[in-house]
Amino acid sequence: MALLLRSSSSKSNLLNVFRHNLGFGSRSHVTRYLRQHITLGPPLRVSQSPISRFCNTMIEKLSTIGEHEDSNDQVMNFPGGKVAFTPEIQFISESSKERVPCYRVLDGNGQLITNSQFVQVSEEVGVKIYSNMVTLQIMDNVFYEAQRQGRLSFYATAIGEEAINIGSAAALTPEDVIFPQYREPGPLLWRGFTLQEFANQCFGNKSDYGKGRQMPIHYGSNKLNYFTVSATIATQLPNAVGAAYSLKMDRKDACAVTYFGDGGSSEGDCHAALNFAAVMEAPVLFICRNNGWAISTPTSDQFRSDGVVVKGRAYGIRSIRVDGNDALAMYSAVHAAREMAVREQRPILIEALTYRVGHHSTSDDSTRYRSTDEIEWWNKARNPLSRFRKWIGSNGWWSDEMELDLRSRIKKEMLEAIRVAEKTEKPNLKNMFSDVYDVPPSNLKEQELLVRQTIKSHPQDYPSYVPL
Amino acid sequence: MAALLGRFCRKLSFPSSSHGARRVSTTACESETGKPLNLYSAINQALHIALDTDPRSYVFGEDVGFGGVFRCTTGLSERFGKNRVFNTPLCEQGIVGFGIGLAAMGNRAIVEIQFADYIYPAFDQIVNEAAKFRYRSGNQFNCGGLTIRAPYGAVGHGGHYHSQSPEAFFCHVPGIKVVIPRSPREAKGLLLSCIRDPNPVVFFEPKWLYRQAVEQVPEHDYMIPLSEAEVIREGNDITLVGWGAQLTIMEQACLDAEKEGISCELIDLKTLLPWDKETVEASVKKTGRLLISHEAPVTGGFGAEISATILERCFLKLEAPVSRVCGLDTPFPLVFEPFYMPTKNKILDAIKSTVNY
Repeated sequence: MALLLRSSSSKSNLLNVFRHNLGFGSRSHVTRYLRQHITLGPPLRVSQSPISRFCNTMIEKLSTIGEHEDSNDQVMNFPGGKVAFTPEIQFISESSKERVPCYRVLDGNGQLITNSQFVQVSEEVGVKIYSNMVTLQIMDNVFYEAQRQGRLSFYATAIGEEAINIGSAAALTPEDVIFPQYREPGPLLWRGFTLQEFANQCFGNKSDYGKGRQMPIHYGSNKLNYFTVSATIATQLPNAVGAAYSLKMDRKDACAVTYFGDGGSSEGDCHAALNFAAVMEAPVLFICRNNGWAISTPTSDQFRSDGVVVKGRAYGIRSIRVDGNDALAMYSAVHAAREMAVREQRPILIEALTYRVGHHSTSDDSTRYRSTDEIEWWNKARNPLSRFRKWIGSNGWWSDEMELDLRSRIKKEMLEAIRVAEKTEKPNLKNMFSDVYDVPPSNLKEQELLVRQTIKSHPQDYPSYVPL
Repeated sequence: MAALLGRFCRKLSFPSSSHGARRVSTTACESETGKPLNLYSAINQALHIALDTDPRSYVFGEDVGFGGVFRCTTGLSERFGKNRVFNTPLCEQGIVGFGIGLAAMGNRAIVEIQFADYIYPAFDQIVNEAAKFRYRSGNQFNCGGLTIRAPYGAVGHGGHYHSQSPEAFFCHVPGIKVVIPRSPREAKGLLLSCIRDPNPVVFFEPKWLYRQAVEQVPEHDYMIPLSEAEVIREGNDITLVGWGAQLTIMEQACLDAEKEGISCELIDLKTLLPWDKETVEASVKKTGRLLISHEAPVTGGFGAEISATILERCFLKLEAPVSRVCGLDTPFPLVFEPFYMPTKNKILDAIKSTVNY
């Protein structure tokens, strides 16, 4: 028997040696054996030999180990609850062997996968989902072109993510409050925001509910329970949790829903929100559009986890990964999640896997950091619209004629909306100074007067399209 | 020591009877009855009243459940329940972000940040979300029900991270209000105004005064208006402007100056954003001299804003440059705190050199 004399580990080393040499299964078996078989008399009086003294000490120590461990057995109460002990050094692996599977219902050809679980949609709803997806696609293309022609200052499309936008929206009720990032006009569209209303905001005219204060695509509608977009990433996430808590306290049959991207999942506010939502038991849906890109940053530069879905467990949040290009799966997942969130008063995390087909915005040319082949493949082979169209077509709910009809109607409507928005006058200058506070304080009243005086002196410095 | 402080605190509770001053605080004058309360008890009373008068109001933050590290939230969770008064995880950006969402749904969210030194993780939420919530939405939405409370200021041994006065950062943000009370009675009335104001407010409480300052605080529900400065001591030779705990020091300097024949007018600004320029302007037009004092570092401090504004408005009436007696441009030091602070004698020296300019 090797005698290892490093004192702090000598106990356990010896026990392990016993284990190894005598074939015991565990340390507690060893100690029990020792206690049974080593008789403890009074400590042997000091003999000259240090080795004997050592042996006596070790026997004493060994014989008392078993008592201590056995009385506390296998678990211990720490703050937070019972935890089982383990004598093995085992690190939880940084990743599972398998990635979290992705829920999908329609295959690449729009056929229902056998034995798939999903929430049935009526013809009316199915057609509305598809029509809205088409409308969103056309709206995006027309606005994008308008920006390219210099008629709009800026735009960002949601091309490729129509199924997430509309599929999720369709599963919510009008009372569910939405906190978007900026690539989710779908829920607004679903709830009845008109193409004209979208155009008014993009052109910042006097009919813009935002009163011309923000860049295009920063929509908001209190009537439709859709909080105004702010460009800051992920700041809406903790806000959504607070709103969900309000719904909880008011006992509303409603939840908060907030969207963010793969990039947004890295922000501190995302961590803060998930943690708060779990602790507050807030009825909030966190819908992550993992579209593979945060401007030019691919997800491999964004995180090293298995996407975003695995982060839910770290906070104690139930999570699901969904095929974001499958509108029926999105609809079903959000439907189920919403029900859980409201009935059980808990947050749910949904990671929708998809691909950002468009550039980040009109200020970006994504061919500079990714291949056109990749973009094309997703746009063609994985197109969410064609997939869902095949399904509603196979149900007899849709036809080529209806398709042509819808597309030409929406295109016309869009062009008209832009024409009208473009020539509607801008909001009055006084809107620059209102709403900073509920009523303008004296410094703002003073500044408005000064600005108006300056305009009189130097009218050429100021755009004539802002009414005074 | 306690007697000395008690004397100064009684001075601070003078109802302002100044003629010629722009504004006089009258709201609490009618009933000077009430119990002697310290600052944290006065704040506690305000919170009790706020939660009692609005069932959709909430108090939350780190450790508020058991009463808070400064006892400001004592008794609230027992009285109003854990659903309305609760601890949050240790995450300021989450606390304020959550508060904004709650306020956006029409509730009053009264958030506590444990020390003003720790407010910075929430700065993005405050500046980019809370301050712009109403404006960017075209007034479709607002988070006016949000009030953020944080203890600020020197305590004698707080060092870098328990002594800061960050008010200047927030005064630069259109869309929020910044309020700092000088005493228990003021704190209760101002806090209730902040909570009920339809704009998001940051309320800095002078932690040094939590226990040190004691004064008669009326027990009823009263509010002190925001954006109204108060002349708390009348004088003719020089105007002094300050806020929070610094006013106690400034008042001592005024008393010493009086012995040397200098008559000082002392103004409590109370609301720093939007601030009451008219009251300060009227006073400086009378005295011709201005001295501003704050604990925060002098460079970029709020004193600079007051100085620039008064210079614009009162240039020809000024007999001397505007003086600023403030903290130094260092992180708040521990051992060197007495050297860092804008002390009574530093202020007195500055009063004299301004008067003798």
